Amino acid sequence: MLEVKNLVFRPLDNGVEKSIIDDISFRVEDGEMIVITGPNGGGKSTMAKLLMGIEKPDGGEILFDGTDITEYSITDRAKAGIGFAFQQPPRFKGMTVKRFLSLAAGKELPENVCCDLLSGVGLCAKEYLNREVDNTLSGGEMKRLEIASVLAREHKLFIFDEPEAGIDLWSFSMLVKQFEQLHQTKKESLILISHQERIIEMADKVMVIKNGKISAFGPKDEVLPGLMCSEKGCGCKHK
Amino acid sequence: MAELDKVTEEILEKIDSTGFKQEGAFNLRYNGYSLCHGNTSHVTIKRKEDKQGMDVYISGEAKGEEIHIPVVVTKSGVTDEVYNDFYIEEGADVTIIAGCGMHNSGCNDSRHDGIHTFHVGKKANVRYEEKHYGQGEGTGARILNPVTKIIMDESSVFTLDSVQIEGVDSTKRKTEVIMGADAKLFVMEKLMTHDSQEAVSDMDVYLNGEGSSAQIISRSVAKGSSVQIFHPKAIGDAPCHAHIQCDSIIMDQARVCSIPEIDAKHIDAAIVHEAAIGRINNEQLIKLNTFGLTGEEAEAIIIENFLN
Repeated sequence: MLEVKNLVFRPLDNGVEKSIIDDISFRVEDGEMIVITGPNGGGKSTMAKLLMGIEKPDGGEILFDGTDITEYSITDRAKAGIGFAFQQPPRFKGMTVKRFLSLAAGKELPENVCCDLLSGVGLCAKEYLNREVDNTLSGGEMKRLEIASVLAREHKLFIFDEPEAGIDLWSFSMLVKQFEQLHQTKKESLILISHQERIIEMADKVMVIKNGKISAFGPKDEVLPGLMCSEKGCGCKHK
Repeated sequence: MAELDKVTEEILEKIDSTGFKQEGAFNLRYNGYSLCHGNTSHVTIKRKEDKQGMDVYISGEAKGEEIHIPVVVTKSGVTDEVYNDFYIEEGADVTIIAGCGMHNSGCNDSRHDGIHTFHVGKKANVRYEEKHYGQGEGTGARILNPVTKIIMDESSVFTLDSVQIEGVDSTKRKTEVIMGADAKLFVMEKLMTHDSQEAVSDMDVYLNGEGSSAQIISRSVAKGSSVQIFHPKAIGDAPCHAHIQCDSIIMDQARVCSIPEIDAKHIDAAIVHEAAIGRINNEQLIKLNTFGLTGEEAEAIIIENFLN
């Protein structure tokens, strides 16, 4: 279980403190799937980075399975069982896809396992295993590989930052299936940052982050109707 | 069969990845003289009469053969200048595994200058692998200054794979390639320097023949206060294609100077160059941290793969 208590992130912007995450608290139960959504620039990705230790909070606590991990490094959080898929994954010159997936798994992966991981995200293993994770791969291919890399290892909690961004429609359907499978096993908790209705529909709970605060959080049936109607000018007739 | 000491065997392991054996066509140069050598029915190695070095004759019948010609210097204060000429007949297909390893435990400089000339016959295919490596706790410098000249006949293919992993204090490398019609050149140069090492690489590729093509890729990592200077140059004097790519990772207080030069003397000479120098990307380190790797482990993996 993940528990976030009064998390605050106020970095300096040109010498002035700017509130990006403003006193956020929530819990994610084991096997639960939470989708974080909300307007761009509202603090969703920063929230995800704070959970992974990529950014350091200015206040608050993060507890993971009862242990305070607020001061943990990224490496320690990974070892504790948190996986993270980047919105814009970096590229690695000279590193093959097979090596990349093996590093992600923490052990040398046999070809058939790499093949399963790649086909799960719509990539053909034969074509990709010996290719380099460099700028010869398109943005969409990188995104799919990023998701495969996070799925290469068993985690207690997966965090995906806009997994759908830059992915074509066909691959998106495969991705949704992957998340459905993960969610059905209820082994891992999932936090997904997404704007996609199909992904939001899968969630147990939906969280809306706006201006660094949680503006709504609860079961999707409760949050979704409000989400559709809350934006000005959305044209909703049931307002 | 010549007896080899432990240090020599260790060095041979580093510079000859396929494994040096006193079999087939080979020559081991040890502290300034030829310790042992062997010929095959297609490869004849002859010692030069007028100066240090050897002439290597490779017949067109040689197909898929390996020729191992390592150099080991374990004595401090040795200065070795060697002239090796390779005559590769039409249609031959060979891999030449050279390389120089130095162990300097003394206070005097050790230096090896290998001057190699390759005469590559029509349609011959040559892969030349050269690894440079230095070790030893002495204060004497380990210096390597290879000079390589490659003359390529029509439709020949030459692959130059040069690697300097560590331990060479100073290297000045000069390479000149003269290419005939439809000749193809592939160069992969990998270099890592550390501490106060210096490495200079000058390469002139003359694409004189119609349809000739060259791909020159250089990847390097500079650590400590080391200095690297690359100056690859492609001169196109015929309808030809050339691509130069220099990529470097800079660390600590190192300096990397990359000067790719392209010179077209023909309207159908298509020559491209790219050069990039940069530190290890922080996002790459973070990504590998999320795999549970520490900062040091992540850095080592990024370098290892970059030079792979």
